[in-house]
Formats: sequence, structure tokens, C-alpha cells
Amino acid sequence: MGLGLIGKKLGMSHVFAADGSMVPVTVLDVKGNQVLQVKSASGKDKYSAVQVGFDDQKPSRVSKPLLGHISKHSGSPKKHIREFRTSEEVASATNSGAVIGAELFPPESWVDVIGTTKGKGFQGVVKRYGFAGQPMSHGSMMHRRPGSIGCRLTPGLVWKNQKMPGQMGHVRRTTQNLKVVQSRAAEGLLLIAGCVPGASGDYVVIRPAIKNPAARIAKSQAAKANAKGPAKKK
Amino acid sequence: MHPIITKIEQEQMKKDVPDFKPGDTVKVHTRVVEGDKERIQLFAGIVIDRSGRGLGQAFTVRRISYGEGVERVFMLHSPRIAKIEVEKYGLVRRARLNYLRNRVGKDAVTVKERIKAKVKAKA
Repeated sequence: MGLGLIGKKLGMSHVFAADGSMVPVTVLDVKGNQVLQVKSASGKDKYSAVQVGFDDQKPSRVSKPLLGHISKHSGSPKKHIREFRTSEEVASATNSGAVIGAELFPPESWVDVIGTTKGKGFQGVVKRYGFAGQPMSHGSMMHRRPGSIGCRLTPGLVWKNQKMPGQMGHVRRTTQNLKVVQSRAAEGLLLIAGCVPGASGDYVVIRPAIKNPAARIAKSQAAKANAKGPAKKK
Repeated sequence: MHPIITKIEQEQMKKDVPDFKPGDTVKVHTRVVEGDKERIQLFAGIVIDRSGRGLGQAFTVRRISYGEGVERVFMLHSPRIAKIEVEKYGLVRRARLNYLRNRVGKDAVTVKERIKAKVKAKA
């Protein structure tokens, strides 16, 4: 488990890769992430973690207890504060008050991005679950309804998790295994291949990919090379 | 669009792109990578469409190759395009010259020429 960042989604764009192919990217603003507390397994917290704050806030808009906590760890008031569970080594190498940023994720590294998806409101089953619905014409008087939701006396109930209309979107989602295309530490920007949950201007959390796709890709390439190797040598 | 994204896109945009419109005849120098070698391939024809804005700008070039109409869409700011040469300026009254697709023979590759004096005066 590694240290992550809090960022703001600025929007999407694209960049041209070295080979001329076009890569869609999401631009994330990660400027001014600050370490607000370091917890250690050997200390009184009994576990190791790093607390990170993002986006400056007026001191008058922050509660007195929080202000006290922040000044204790030589930080400045932030709008968003989040804790990242880290290994003991990472935690002990981090100082509270330190400003961290895009340099944490160099280009070609893999990340997971956590955000809140765009809210779609109360939606029917056609939009929410992709049900086919019923005919629009030919005398059909049933168009976008869910249809049957169960059987009869047996089992005599509607199964749990039956897909029905309801709130769609505005839920926390994690997009895993996204590649960092560019990491601009000076400007505090991360360009990440592909899309991330949420609308432009939303806050997102960026952490190192837990599935470690780099290792998996290396493994599969090694396996391929082994399979091909003898045939090529001849 | 966010000003920072606009800036990122402007960084990548080419600054030496010639001014050309649908109807103009162009030569597009494309970089082709074969193995480890890179060479330049030419694609010459009439521009029949320009689409997109900013970094996403693209244009379509149509030519008749061995009796068969061929169209290629290029990203204007792609690093794969080495150079764009404008051969002739055309005078057309449409933004999309899709009507050229229905033409056969000499008509398919000719567009009325814009008077040079006008082109120069504009430039």
C-alpha cells in the first residue's frame, strides 16, 4: 500500500504519443497536496498511515479543532483531507507538513482513481440496467417497463437484488489500472490515460494501482518470450 | 474547456501549418515506420473536408489511385505528418466536397481554381 494524492478533475483531452498514436487523457490537478499527519504502527495509532490534505481553504472556514490539528502538524487549512494506509517504511519516510504532488506518480506508472460518478437521478430499468423494454408500436401499450419481477406462489417473494428503477449514478467508484501518461510536477498536473469517475471539477483520489499491472504485463511478456524463444533460435 | 487543458493542447499544436481549405490540392508528407526505419510517404489529393477544433482538427484528402477513389483522414497536428504542401488553391462553394465522390473521370479530380491574386492579397 502506497501513498496517494487527492486531486481535482479538470477535464479530458488527448495527447499524441511518441509513435504518433493519439491517447485520450484525463487531466487532474494535484497541486498543493500536503501531509497533515503521519501515523505509525509503533506509535500510539497502532497502524501506519499518512493523512493528506488538498485544496487551500480560508482558516475562517475551518473548525477550531481541525485548525489546531493542522497547525500541530505544521500544515495549512485544506478543503479535503484523507488518510492513506501505507507501509511502515513509507510512513516513516514522510514528514508532516511536507508538500507532495505529481512527482509521486512518474510517467508509465499505474494508478487507481476513486471518485463519485455523475448523478443521473431516478431512472427506469432501460437506462439504468440496459433492459430492452417493449415495442414502441404495433399496438403495444407497454414501452419501457421492467416486465415480470418474479414467479408465483413458489417462491412467493421477489428475490433480493431484483433490478428495478431507482437512483442511478452519484456513487463512489474506483477505476483501476490507469496509466500515467505525463506527470508535470512543476504545474502540479497528472495526465492519466482514459477516463475517471465524476464530472469536471470533482474531487478524486489517486492511489498506486493495487493490482500492480506492470508486474502482470512483464510476466505475460516473459511467458510469451519463452514460448516463442526456441522456435526463433533454430 | 478549462484554461489549463487549453494550454496543454496548445503546447502540442503545430505552429507552421499552412492555411488551406476544402477544394485545395495538397501533398501530405506522412512518416511511415517500417521496422526500425522511418521514411516519408506522400499522399496527394484534394482536401474535401476539414473538421474538428483545436488539437483535434482533422482533414480528409481524396485522390483517385489506379482508378479507385481513396480517402484518407489525417489529424492536422499529428506528429506522423511531417509536412503539408499546398499545390493549388480551389474555389468551391461547399465546406464538404462529398459530391466529388459521385463524379467520374477528369471531373472527379478537378476543382475550379481560386485566382492567385486573391489568395496572395489575403495572405
